Amino acid sequence: MIELFNVFLMSMLIITALAMVSSRHLFVTVMLSGFFSLLIAAIFLLLDAADVALTEAAVGAGISTVLFLGALALMDVEETVRGEKWIRIFSLFVVAVTTLALVYAAFEQPAFGDPNAPIHQHVAPWYIQHVPIHMDIPNIVTGILGSYRGYDTLGEVFVVFTAGIGVLSILGDPVKNRRQRVVKKAGLRHYLIPRLVGRTLIPFIVLFGLYVQFHGEYSPGGGFQAGAIIAAAIILFAILEGEDQALKIIPMRGLYFLMASGALLYAGVGVATMLMGGRFLEYGVLADTMVAGQQWGILLIEAGVGMTVTGVLLTIFHAFAARSNL
Amino acid sequence: MVMLIDILATGLMAIGAFFVFVGGLGALRMPDFYTRMHAASLTDSAGPIFILSGLMVQSESYLVAVKLFAVLVFLLITAPTASNALASASLLAGNKPGLAVKRSSAE
Repeated sequence: MIELFNVFLMSMLIITALAMVSSRHLFVTVMLSGFFSLLIAAIFLLLDAADVALTEAAVGAGISTVLFLGALALMDVEETVRGEKWIRIFSLFVVAVTTLALVYAAFEQPAFGDPNAPIHQHVAPWYIQHVPIHMDIPNIVTGILGSYRGYDTLGEVFVVFTAGIGVLSILGDPVKNRRQRVVKKAGLRHYLIPRLVGRTLIPFIVLFGLYVQFHGEYSPGGGFQAGAIIAAAIILFAILEGEDQALKIIPMRGLYFLMASGALLYAGVGVATMLMGGRFLEYGVLADTMVAGQQWGILLIEAGVGMTVTGVLLTIFHAFAARSNL
Repeated sequence: MVMLIDILATGLMAIGAFFVFVGGLGALRMPDFYTRMHAASLTDSAGPIFILSGLMVQSESYLVAVKLFAVLVFLLITAPTASNALASASLLAGNKPGLAVKRSSAE
């Protein structure tokens, strides 16, 4: 039965991808990309990867669609075909060769669900055995991401941070861009029903975000997903009430602070563990026992991740919104 | 008792699946934007009511049932709002209901 679902979702995935490529209208492409993310989140869920599914649904289907729409407001919605004919044929050739190489490589992959596959034999058994001993938390994914693979996650946080800086350096300071504009953004104030419902839902969305943030050790979730959900709540507020109102709640300076201090908190935990006699990001030394130290460490770095992600996503949103004349 | 619950759950989910199917069919076959949208809104209002009720009947613990109920309440609040926002945005963009235009031009 589950194979049927998998086949159905995979076919839908391919159809969506083809539709995205063939569509010349960028608005349609953006909407389809959200649909693509939702489909792949469903596939992840069927593969029992609840953490990845939650991330994909929150970031891929939710936030990136909104950010793409924000970018679309700054540009033409029709895709312009440019370049010489031979360039297009050459790129088609490159894509075809890459696809064939990937398909060829897929034959070498172990069969789906094969217990002898390297992924089930290499480090996974060690993680499954040691997470309960080292940190005593039920969600092994959080244990791996937060502690064993803490360096990688630190790198990801800095990638997100760099993305925020990159958007700011291209689009410019949202506060300055705002002053140049004459028309003020009014939001959806005249639309009674969406506004009322949205306002009712925002507290619950934020609450759910905090639940995902602080419950990450026990259930799917963590800083990345929580940051995306909380940012989505505030973007919803900005759409409903106007961007100016959203900036009154969290001004740009606050977002910059959030962005930088989240990354700093993460790296600071690493430095603190070094000062307390451990290695970089070795949380065990943070408290009396190894387990308590690990739990404190994961809690702190997840908070840092959540702060940076919220800050960066909202900064990008405001940077786009300040430029548009919507 | 278990069989009774199974029959009830399957029945409810089948009704829900029917509504989703009708919604999908309507979204393809209806003549203009508003009627298509009306049909499509069936998939996230009437469909989930029956499908999630079926799942609630079948759920193993009260916690799961309460969570499903919360999802249902959330959907029943947001889905009609989304339809409303979509329709008003379309009307504002100057998209006239097709059937009404046809009738007025025929008169």
